Amino acid sequence: MYLLKLILRNALRHKLRTLLTVLGLLVAILSFGLLQTVVDAWYTGANSAAPDRLVTRSAVSLVVPLPVHYRDKIRAIDGVRSVASANWFAGVYQEPKNFFPQFAIDPVTYLTMYPEYRIHPDQLRDFMRDRKGAVIGRKLADTYGFKLGDVVPLKGTIFAGNWEFVVRAIYEGATPKTDTSQFFFHWEYLNETVRTRAPQRANQVGVFVVQVSDVSRAAEISATIDAQFRNSPAETLTETEKAFQIGFIKQTEAIVIAIRIVSFVVIFIILAVMANTMAMTARERIAEHATLKALGFGPGFLGGLIFGESLAIAFAGSALGVLLTFPVAEWFGAKMGTLFPVFEVSGDTVWLQFACALVVGVAAAVVPARRAAQVRIVEGLRAVG
Amino acid sequence: MLALQPDMPQFPAVVIRHLTKSYRRGGQVVSVLENISFDIDAGDFVALMGPSGSGKSTLLNLIAGIDRPDSGELRVADVDIMLLDEAGLADWRARNVGFIFQFYNLMPVLTALENVELPLLLTGLPSRDRRERVEVALGMVGLSDRMTHYPSELSGGQQQRVAIARAIITDPTILVADEPTGDLDRASADDILALMARLNDELGKTIIMVTHDPHAAERAHHIRHLEKGVLTD
Repeated sequence: MYLLKLILRNALRHKLRTLLTVLGLLVAILSFGLLQTVVDAWYTGANSAAPDRLVTRSAVSLVVPLPVHYRDKIRAIDGVRSVASANWFAGVYQEPKNFFPQFAIDPVTYLTMYPEYRIHPDQLRDFMRDRKGAVIGRKLADTYGFKLGDVVPLKGTIFAGNWEFVVRAIYEGATPKTDTSQFFFHWEYLNETVRTRAPQRANQVGVFVVQVSDVSRAAEISATIDAQFRNSPAETLTETEKAFQIGFIKQTEAIVIAIRIVSFVVIFIILAVMANTMAMTARERIAEHATLKALGFGPGFLGGLIFGESLAIAFAGSALGVLLTFPVAEWFGAKMGTLFPVFEVSGDTVWLQFACALVVGVAAAVVPARRAAQVRIVEGLRAVG
Repeated sequence: MLALQPDMPQFPAVVIRHLTKSYRRGGQVVSVLENISFDIDAGDFVALMGPSGSGKSTLLNLIAGIDRPDSGELRVADVDIMLLDEAGLADWRARNVGFIFQFYNLMPVLTALENVELPLLLTGLPSRDRRERVEVALGMVGLSDRMTHYPSELSGGQQQRVAIARAIITDPTILVADEPTGDLDRASADDILALMARLNDELGKTIIMVTHDPHAAERAHHIRHLEKGVLTD
């Protein structure tokens, strides 16, 4: 208790210096938490992938479509429970910056495969009845103020022309980590329209989402699907939904790596600031440390004082930083709109923030504590007066 | 309770034989103490005097176990402290030496009570017993009404009283004082010297004091003079 009291009073001895150091730590821990959350957001799709879902795409490239008749052939393969087609639409809502993912899907099979998208039965029925209908996620609806019955105009990029969809259903996420920023509409509507505008592009599918009945057979079924279309004009590549999502992320991996590096650079900078603070602290107290040694206190006690003070400051800064991470992440996520479908501070991020603070607190104190422990009493006492 | 009763050990408090000490400065070896030999009896009050650089503070530091001699024999409180390692020496100091410094060397973030309590943390005494002892010690130095004051709220004389209370709180064998009145006005200095004399007379504390001040040295029973590292009388 006495030691704790001494540590806390020492920490508050230079209030402005301590306050500025705590503020620096707060900003560093907050920045670290936000950057880690951005990285987590990047991996949201991969992390929310279901193990029983596979994705079959062209072996050449994701932008090369597959014939729609593959759907029936895949469905016939042993172990396949269900198959749904999906096309990436990439329409522009008013301005290019208003990005949100849009997919043309087989509504019944696709939505059945994704039970994490919770849709009210009445709305689902309305969507099924309207070929121009759309199902949109809650976050997307909130971001752009879309309501049931609203007409959403999209300017096609991959599929040229102006398109109009009617919001018939708004799905909720089963968990906070469920992506509710997406926009789904009928693949049949897309295909019929394409058939009239560009017949050569009709009856083509971007990817097939395949649900397997036995997760343990996913690899075997993937191989069977790809074998089925080997040496055909449109060979396939089938992988788990998670692998498919990670493949997407890998295209932007350099950005993720840069963000990760920056997040740790921030911690390194605050470590340098903190180490400087503790070095100044120890230098100013040489006489006190010498006095304590003269009184019989050992190097462990002196080291404990320095480490304790460093950890107390680090903990104060990190606790405030962690507390602020939540509201700031919420504000940041809202500002980012649908760019980051899920922007949630994870438990792992919080632990990592505290772990960084612990490392900073300990590392900043190592050299000053060593110096304090090794101070020669006679020389230290001369520092008085 | 604080064992503040006259307690006269049966051995000399300090035995010094052929003690030498030198420092290395800029590649040169500077001799500070040369062949010092003398005893200090238990219960004595000795003043070490001499001009600046005569080695009196160095001698005091050696006796207090905060510096090490090059050669010779040094027994304090019946312990050959030259044989002790750093940890052993720290433990020995905690039990046997009370320090009174020129600039008090109090912890500025601790109250008078907490400063005096500091050495007792090494004794393993429970908090309540420590508190009782501290109250007695601060009462002895006349600061019962200043226990919750921080050093910055006390005068120089009061701070030195707190330092004296801290020095006696563990009932050490010897008290070492390095210019204890050097930073005080005459009236405060007289108070401190009177207090030290009382600790010597009434409690039998062995006191070794370094001072420039002949007036302060008059309080001592014996005066030892050093000149260029050599004991002159």
